[in-house]
Amino acid sequence: MASVSETHPANKPNPARWLVVAVPYVWLLLFFAAPFLIIFKISLSETAIAMPPYTPLFDGFGAIGDFVSELDFDNYLFLTDDPLYIEAYLSSLRIAVISTFLLLLIGYPMALAMARAPTTLRPTLVMLVILPFWTSFLIRVYAWIGILKPDGLLTLLFQSVGLFGADDQLQVFRTDYAVFIGIVYSYLPFMVLPLYSALEKMDNTLLEAASDLGCPPWKAFWKITFPLSLPGVIAGSMICFIPITGEFVIPDLLGGADTLMIGKTLWTEFFGNRDWPLASAVAVILLIMLVVPIMIFQNQQKKVA
Amino acid sequence: MRSSRFDATVLTLGFAFLYIPIIILVVYSFNASKLVTVWGGFSLQWYKTMWSNQGLMDAAWVTARVGVISATIGTVLGTLAALSLVRFARFPGRMLFSGMIYAPLVMPEVITGLSMLLLFVAVGIDRGFWTVIIAHTTFTMCYVAIVVQSRLLTFDQSLEEAALDLGCPPVKTFFKITLPLILPAVIAGWMLAFTLSLDDLVIASFTTGPGATTLPIKIYSQVRLGVTPEINAICTILIGLVTIGVIITSITTKQAEMRRIRDEHVAARGTT
Repeated sequence: MASVSETHPANKPNPARWLVVAVPYVWLLLFFAAPFLIIFKISLSETAIAMPPYTPLFDGFGAIGDFVSELDFDNYLFLTDDPLYIEAYLSSLRIAVISTFLLLLIGYPMALAMARAPTTLRPTLVMLVILPFWTSFLIRVYAWIGILKPDGLLTLLFQSVGLFGADDQLQVFRTDYAVFIGIVYSYLPFMVLPLYSALEKMDNTLLEAASDLGCPPWKAFWKITFPLSLPGVIAGSMICFIPITGEFVIPDLLGGADTLMIGKTLWTEFFGNRDWPLASAVAVILLIMLVVPIMIFQNQQKKVA
Repeated sequence: MRSSRFDATVLTLGFAFLYIPIIILVVYSFNASKLVTVWGGFSLQWYKTMWSNQGLMDAAWVTARVGVISATIGTVLGTLAALSLVRFARFPGRMLFSGMIYAPLVMPEVITGLSMLLLFVAVGIDRGFWTVIIAHTTFTMCYVAIVVQSRLLTFDQSLEEAALDLGCPPVKTFFKITLPLILPAVIAGWMLAFTLSLDDLVIASFTTGPGATTLPIKIYSQVRLGVTPEINAICTILIGLVTIGVIITSITTKQAEMRRIRDEHVAARGTT
């Protein structure tokens, strides 16, 4: 497609055409790429008492020599020294891996059921999956507080059904379990949609052929359906795994004091302790941890596009 | 059939899981009692207290303006970015460019927020209304780019080529041919950008300054103090607005799509 327009006589190199690329390109370089260089630099600087709370860094581009000599790895040493930070990173990864797995477990049957639904029904089902995503993330997490609180609706329900005695209360709010529920709830549409788009494209004659040849349905699923849906599995898992690792709102509102997640740590360092360089170092390490998943995601997206 | 009953059960349970919390939230915004677990009868009192809560209303106004401005700039930039990705096969740094489009989609918000804030501090921009807009534009434009890109990929380029062959200047071709054809995607992109901006707590918290408290920041600080039905009321209004918006967009998109299919049929019959 692109090669056609490139060779087209009316599409000769034209300065105005380059603006189409240049405007968004420059915007992203300025406001997406440049901040990463800055965060990297600040993570290597010392905290100062003055506002903003770090020693100045941006005194012109001529100061590259100073830059190198000023490098200070104290923040990183501090992070590796304190087991709390390492635990927070590991705990974030653990929570992200478990939640992604739970999301697959719940999202896959949903996506499969949607893909097998009558063609006329499918747009409505897709709409129903997307709609909660349009309602505020914060609101949806907030809704769970009222449900999971010890004196909340779920306790009330269990009591009225007779599962709980009058004095029993649900002890889920402010624990890791509440965090898992919140994450699975918030990210479910992100998991279902890529899975659905992979499953929907599938050629049903393959399954019919397998069944004609006497292959039992569960075997046909593992031999045909699942392998063909792998691009969707990878896309959905990455779309969920990467942001969950850095999640802040859900562990903060639903998790307990002992729920360690690195997004929360970063937030506390920044807003609580006002230690900007340390917060930057936390962010840089998080980013390094996520480089591989982000690359996988990008490759997947390029294949789709 | 066994599998279709299984599918129906899965979908019922799945959608119940997705919708019950939202329905509970909406129902309890009309609760006369302050307690979440006690139903004290129907009442609109929380809507009244919400309405007279000046801080909340100011925050809502700031959020609405931030949303409209950043979604609009983000839609223009995102559409340009989508055109660049689809129509320009080669240009210097194309890899970096597409990387910068995809990365913000999954980047943890704490990283994006912190890095943006450090940029604003480094170049000495005072944080406030406009810094939130810049931050929101930057991440929403990537979503718009993805939505518009998928439309551009499925679209019949021969119409554009015909216009160019007949001597129509490229800019005019874009506004006369390309834009009307991708308009549903552009509108959907704007809507998505607007809701994302409306929804964002983390990036706004980092990049905002005095006098530019957005609604999510306000809601977050109130939620931390405890659950109040006032929050349910404002959430219900937001849910209502978004639902109406989504329904209107989907209807107009469907109509445009049907019109397009009909036109194509007519055109196809004309050529044979």
